[in-house]
Amino acid sequence: MLTVAALVGVAVLLGVGVFGVIASRMEEASRLVYGCSLVVCLALLAVAAAGLTAGGGTEINLPLGLPLVGAHFRIDPLSAFFLAVVDLGGAAASLYALGYGEHEATPWRVLPFFPAFLAGMNLTVLAADAFSFLLAWEFMSLSSWALVNTRHQDAENTRAGYIYLVMASFGTLSLLLAFGLLAGPTGGYAFQVIREATHPAWMPGLVLVLALVGAGSKAGLVPLHVWLPLAHPAAPSHVSALMSGVMTKVAVYGFIRIVFDLLGPPAWWWSILVLVLAGVTAVMGVLYALMQHDLKRLLAYHTVENIGIIFIGLGLSLAFRAHGMAAAAALALTAGLFHVFNHSLFKSLLFFGAGAVQTATGERDMEHLGGLIHRMPQTAFAFLVGCVAISALPPLNGFVSEWLTFQAILLSPQLPSWVLKFIVPVVGALLALSASLAAACFVKAFGVTFLGRARTPAAERASETDPWSRATMFGFAGLCFLAGILPGFVIDGIGPATQQLVGEPMPVQAGTPWLSIVPVAASRSSYNGLLVFVFIAVSALFAARFIHRFGSHALRRGPPWDCGFPDPSPATQYTASSFAQPIRRVFGPAAFRARERLDMPPPGDMRPARLSIELTDRAWHGIYAPVTHAVETTALKLNRFQFLTIRQYLSVVFVALVGLLVVVAIWQ
Amino acid sequence: MQTFAFDTAHLLAGGLVLVSFTLLYQDRMYGLINTFALHAFVLSLSVAWQAYTRHEPHLFVPAAIALVLKAIVIPLALRRMVVQLGIHRSIEIIGGVGPTMLAGIGLVALSMIVMLRATAAADPLAREDLAFALSVVLLGMLMMVTRRNAVSQVIGFMSLENGLILAAAGASGMPLVVEISVAFSVLIAFIVIGIFLFRIRERFDSVDVHALDQFRGEQI
Repeated sequence: MLTVAALVGVAVLLGVGVFGVIASRMEEASRLVYGCSLVVCLALLAVAAAGLTAGGGTEINLPLGLPLVGAHFRIDPLSAFFLAVVDLGGAAASLYALGYGEHEATPWRVLPFFPAFLAGMNLTVLAADAFSFLLAWEFMSLSSWALVNTRHQDAENTRAGYIYLVMASFGTLSLLLAFGLLAGPTGGYAFQVIREATHPAWMPGLVLVLALVGAGSKAGLVPLHVWLPLAHPAAPSHVSALMSGVMTKVAVYGFIRIVFDLLGPPAWWWSILVLVLAGVTAVMGVLYALMQHDLKRLLAYHTVENIGIIFIGLGLSLAFRAHGMAAAAALALTAGLFHVFNHSLFKSLLFFGAGAVQTATGERDMEHLGGLIHRMPQTAFAFLVGCVAISALPPLNGFVSEWLTFQAILLSPQLPSWVLKFIVPVVGALLALSASLAAACFVKAFGVTFLGRARTPAAERASETDPWSRATMFGFAGLCFLAGILPGFVIDGIGPATQQLVGEPMPVQAGTPWLSIVPVAASRSSYNGLLVFVFIAVSALFAARFIHRFGSHALRRGPPWDCGFPDPSPATQYTASSFAQPIRRVFGPAAFRARERLDMPPPGDMRPARLSIELTDRAWHGIYAPVTHAVETTALKLNRFQFLTIRQYLSVVFVALVGLLVVVAIWQ
Repeated sequence: MQTFAFDTAHLLAGGLVLVSFTLLYQDRMYGLINTFALHAFVLSLSVAWQAYTRHEPHLFVPAAIALVLKAIVIPLALRRMVVQLGIHRSIEIIGGVGPTMLAGIGLVALSMIVMLRATAAADPLAREDLAFALSVVLLGMLMMVTRRNAVSQVIGFMSLENGLILAAAGASGMPLVVEISVAFSVLIAFIVIGIFLFRIRERFDSVDVHALDQFRGEQI
């Protein structure tokens, strides 16, 4: 019943997409399409909630797709959870776009693909056989590719789209191979059949690597992340929010589905691979983010970091599960899934804020912004909430999931494997490092964009964004806050999914006194977001009262500190790159081969001195550039085959045939 | 009777290979067309013999098609075409006759090795037939590769098709539909290539496929 309802929702979304094709040049098309998407997403959200409480629906088999296999769809607790994440993000993006979509210059390039993209993500989560899964996955990739290419006039966007397309195809190829191995020679593509099959001993490890490459390239694991910071910012902002906040989660879903659900009991070394990649991803993601001064690209790189954090949770869960520690595995998996939920909230919120800033000023470059808090106070507040949440500060939700991850890391001394005993604390240190760097990064993002004085006339003339967008941002800010002070309910909501995957949920939190959360035992650790919030609120109020009581009530405006130059130009303010400079000096040479070049004119020369910074992506130069080069050289060499005579073509066929026959003759 | 049937089938299939060899060293147009007619005639004999000895009367149909179309109609049509188009009557063989024949012998040896080993379990008649058929196919391809003239390429292609028909007839139990479609595919290929020839001639005043390559602006 639930599954049927969800499929009907997907069908309606596809219908809205078709309507978008027909009606996209109509006056009201934008409102109609986004309104319908909003309603359908809310309905699907209700279905997902029902699925989580009811423990899933029945499997249905549609006579579509491959003959003899059909198309299986099913809502189980895991897919219900991800369905909720997808449709919450989808509903928010639709609501935001009711206002934001009005500014779209070419709505006919967005309207048909937006509902299709939503439908693809929903379908991926619902699929219960490999064929439907891959089909939906590819549909999701292609529709989002079309959205990335919305502003195709910009050569950089087209390039981003091209790289995205190549990486997405590569990822799908890996997943295809993984499912091919799982289905085996008998071709049992339904998930139920795969679950019951027995696999040869060498196979699960290979499938894990393929799944890690396939899902990781979509999610943005380093070094497969290169497309992500190019493609996510290129799309319109509500689509960026969906791609960063939601589509990467669908990739995480794909990984969990294959590795936790279909692949059977894990081997001990799997977790090492996942943990190392995840730790590197977290730190590299945030370091790249710190170096950016394009607001949306910064957010996109931050997605890479958060994917690392999520995968740390998943890797820990694999480690505990391989050693039979079900309770700890449930804790780590809950931490990962909780972060999935949180990241979908605050990353969407931040992209909405970046979109609002872009609409108001036409700028994405932070060096051209500044002082927006005076012009757009409400957007600034919502963006600030997002920044605090993503920086993992209490009492907001980001803190809870990272705290849970740390709780799982603190359980690692109980692991019997020595390798893991050494690696997990290192990963914990990487996680701590990335969390602190993330805080620095968002101080920079918020401070340079919203504080200080406007650096350009465009930023000076900005005006507050439309009510739809504000409503969406405040809604998500409120959800971040609620999930932060009442985390127990979210944990209990994730319970059925962890129960399904590791056989045990985390202890039920709803009954704990004072709404605390107690992951392991009360004597060990507990956290109460509500109390922390009350304490922060009360102490801040008291401090404010106290200072005002003994200080002065008068509001004073003084000159800002200007480095000793009494120059009124806003360009003398602290810039985004000067903020990042200390961190760049520390990590730059190792992480990006950063080079600073100072062009100082000799005395007497009047031209200005220049400081330029060169950053190179090591993954790009180390892995992708050689591959591209090899492909290009081979293609050039093979190009001769395009210009043979008919007789030469026949000879090629003939020689190939004779060669094969000779091989057969020798082989026998 | 059994050994006589087997020997005759063997003889006819071997004869087909022999005619394929004679196709390889023809250097005049009429000689080539006549030899191809002989090729098709031997094929129809071979298929008819199979039909007779294995009591599969439906095999007479492809035999009749081969006789009427390939041994009579197509050679006559080709002759007319050669006369009408005023095609050069001598054929240039790339690589010379001697090496081509040697290569042909190598190909026959190769197909024997492959087929006789691969079909060890099959019935001996079908085995020999398949081995000969593969030889005919390979010799046909060799002919297409070593000729520059479009007419001789067409004939090479059709002798290749003859090899396929021989294989289809030799493998017992192949439905009639397949055999007829194989026979007709030859006719279609003939029509297509015939039109192609006229077109080349209209454009380039030659049926040397070399002209096509020059038209594509390539380095030869």
